[in-house]
Amino acid sequence: MNAALMMLIDGRFPAGGHTNSAGVEAAVRIGDVYDDATLERYLVGRLATTGMVDAAFCAHVAAFVDPTAEMLALVDAEYSARVPSPKLRDASRRFGRQMLRAGSTVWRGPTLDLVARSAVGAHQPFVLGALVAAAGGTPHDAASLSFHHLSAAVTSAAIRLLGLDPMSVAAVQATVGERVDVWVAQADRWATSSPASLPASGGSLTEILAEDHGRWDARLFVA
Amino acid sequence: MPPHDVPHDNFLNDSAPLDRADAGVRRALRVGIGGPVGSGKTTLVGSLCALLRDDLSIVVVTNDIFTSEDADALREAAVLATERIVAVQTGCCPHTAIRDDIAANLDAVEELEALHGDVDLTLVESGGDNLTAIFSRGLVDVQIFVLDTAGGDDVPRKGGPGVAMADLLVINKVDLAQYVGSDVDRMLSDARERRDGRPVIPTSLVDQAGAQAVADWVVAQIATHTA
Repeated sequence: MNAALMMLIDGRFPAGGHTNSAGVEAAVRIGDVYDDATLERYLVGRLATTGMVDAAFCAHVAAFVDPTAEMLALVDAEYSARVPSPKLRDASRRFGRQMLRAGSTVWRGPTLDLVARSAVGAHQPFVLGALVAAAGGTPHDAASLSFHHLSAAVTSAAIRLLGLDPMSVAAVQATVGERVDVWVAQADRWATSSPASLPASGGSLTEILAEDHGRWDARLFVA
Repeated sequence: MPPHDVPHDNFLNDSAPLDRADAGVRRALRVGIGGPVGSGKTTLVGSLCALLRDDLSIVVVTNDIFTSEDADALREAAVLATERIVAVQTGCCPHTAIRDDIAANLDAVEELEALHGDVDLTLVESGGDNLTAIFSRGLVDVQIFVLDTAGGDDVPRKGGPGVAMADLLVINKVDLAQYVGSDVDRMLSDARERRDGRPVIPTSLVDQAGAQAVADWVVAQIATHTA
């Protein structure tokens, strides 16, 4: 692993990740997440559904060779179709723009230049995939990073919102991470699949809660 | 993982990064307003808008912890049109959002400035925070730190980055000093000692005119910025 990739792993990379609870703020509000065990259930659920989709598209974009606007438009259509909530689609493009602002100050690459020119704004997994490629990483690295960012968003938001013990939450994250390592083995297949055949797993409650959360009068996180 | 198997021309790290959106001449002066909870940041923002809105095109980004509250307070006071005020969520970390990871705030600032085009003054109001909070130079051009007289007259002596390094220190609610036993003169002299000659202004924002000295300072900063 090179120094550039390690910067992308680091939560201190200034891409606005600390404003994303990945749905935890809403799940806490309805009483679905309240301790380590419920957090672990929530985290596994997110990683296995929306997390799998994000990781697959991230790996796919990281593998782009000679990328074109048509290739980007196709993954945009396929990914957008997998995110039914308009609020979540907006948040994904917003997080993508923020990550792009930080990343394009540091690196360049053909896919990164392409996503920077997107008129609608690239979804967050595409920007992460482009950054991983620009930083010299593989599709496997891209999928791992995508899962890790989601896991970090969920666990750090739960620590901040519920005051959970950060050490026991780290243990939860490590346990769940073992499953993720198995899923990441599919990254090479995601890299070469057509966008239409990439995973399309979602969570109904994830989408419904995101729509509700986006309408709250007062919230602490963007999503 | 070393990139052995990737074509070499995929790497352009040695060429110049993309231009920042704000590269070149930017019209708007970006002013950060920070300080502890309850020190009067929102009131100061409201007063500055009321005093300056006839002469300047102003937009406001607010980071109040319960995001929409400050924005609503400003809209209800009708100091600015709704589309000129945006609330940014900071994920429970107000200091992170103005200092370590400015992405969300910078995104909101650039969006508002692009939307209105002619902006002269962008005010970024931090969520209430502790004495170590300070704005990043990547987010604002100059910053104001607001202290509350009733928050203890030993605060300027304690110092910290906000008190010591802000371009302007405002000591607010001086009208309350007599009720809470605070020594305003001592606060001002302690602050000046800490600040290496940078300005300190005492205010009472019971009415908007109380912010006139701060408004004058902001106007002078704009003149320097656009010179």
